[in-house]
Amino acid sequence: MKEVKNINYPSAYDKDLPEKATIKKSANLFFNIGLIAAGAGLWYLVYSQLNSLADFLTYNVFSIQQGSRLGEAVHFFLYDTPKVLMLLSLVIFGVGIIRTFFTPEGTRKILAGKRESVGNVLAAFLGIVTPFCSCSAVPLFIGFVTAGVPLGVTLSFLIAAPMVNEIALVLLYGLLGWKIAALYLVTGLLVAIVAGWVIGRLGMEEHIEDWVREIRTNADNVPDNALNWNERLKAGKTAFVEIVGKVWIYVIAGIAVGAGIHGYVPEGFMASIMGKGAWWSVPAAVVIGIPMYSNAAGIVPVIQALLGKGAALGTVLAFMMSVIALSLPEMVILRKVLKPSMITVFVMVVGCGILLVGYLFNLII
Amino acid sequence: MKILVCGPGCSNCTKAESIVKEAVADAGIDADILKVTDFAEMAKLGVLSTPAVVINGKIMCVGKVPAKNEVLSWIK
Repeated sequence: MKEVKNINYPSAYDKDLPEKATIKKSANLFFNIGLIAAGAGLWYLVYSQLNSLADFLTYNVFSIQQGSRLGEAVHFFLYDTPKVLMLLSLVIFGVGIIRTFFTPEGTRKILAGKRESVGNVLAAFLGIVTPFCSCSAVPLFIGFVTAGVPLGVTLSFLIAAPMVNEIALVLLYGLLGWKIAALYLVTGLLVAIVAGWVIGRLGMEEHIEDWVREIRTNADNVPDNALNWNERLKAGKTAFVEIVGKVWIYVIAGIAVGAGIHGYVPEGFMASIMGKGAWWSVPAAVVIGIPMYSNAAGIVPVIQALLGKGAALGTVLAFMMSVIALSLPEMVILRKVLKPSMITVFVMVVGCGILLVGYLFNLII
Repeated sequence: MKILVCGPGCSNCTKAESIVKEAVADAGIDADILKVTDFAEMAKLGVLSTPAVVINGKIMCVGKVPAKNEVLSWIK
């Protein structure tokens, strides 16, 4: 975490002193890059020692007996919390920088007039890297649709953006390994691409609210977004401060609950309820997940613990996708631009996609 | 000068509005600051992500809370 805290970002004074600005800016950039390199080294050093540190704290400092339930739970908490928070800091800083290369306006320009299949794929990928906050979903929807981005392509973007996000991926990677993170990434993208494509095929355009369809906007209206590297680094820092500052509490709460399940719930307890044998568990997980609204940070640690107790991977992934991608607050927001019939179709198509993912994984793993 | 702050009313949008107001007060200029909460209006202005600041019809920033210094440089 150190690498971002220590950086001395150029102050706004740079702009007031034009004669010194260029020299100072490049000096600043080298200074910042040096700090990031030093921070990355320190990060790696601490990260590689986390397991022994957690061992030491649990069994020596707190002198809890090795192998006991309490010891398991405490060790899990002391190891996973700093690990996940460190990974999260690193990735959010990096993604914050990557996102400075994308804007919703630029994305709209790329997607406007694209053929549907290609457009769906592009939209799902751009949904991951384009920065936008959830309260922008409506203006974004209007801006896309009225500038000639096909409805299905727009929806691919809006499904992928919340579902496949860096926080979910980091937590899955940190707690469950890269294979499950990769599975989530690929299937999340597939659900977004296919669901958007299917809705596009259904020709639902007249189920967009009438006032939206009367607006015409221009996709060429792209604001000038030329940033220098100092500004990009600063954007990375801002993303780190904002996002980590917001989700750390969910991560800790999630891991604490996970630690409790990890230490105290008996092995195989979840097998009967969320195991492969229970065919109804996948649809149940999707249905339960819709009204639930949590961010990825809170849900992944719980999911990891459930998996450890015999819950099936497909069921658990379906639950997670449903919680993140289909939520009541999102429906309420989309209701402003979509008629109820369209909302229903949207939930059904995305829900079916998630259901298929759940069954598929229960079948093959 | 006519300044529009676009946002449905989430915390970032409120923050953007108060920063614009502060900047205008600091600069001591005469400006109308209007909050745009209607999505149709935003779309017509060309705003895709909020919060956004539009000055005299020109989009100055979208999708982020501007710093006060930035706002000052736009209105001077």
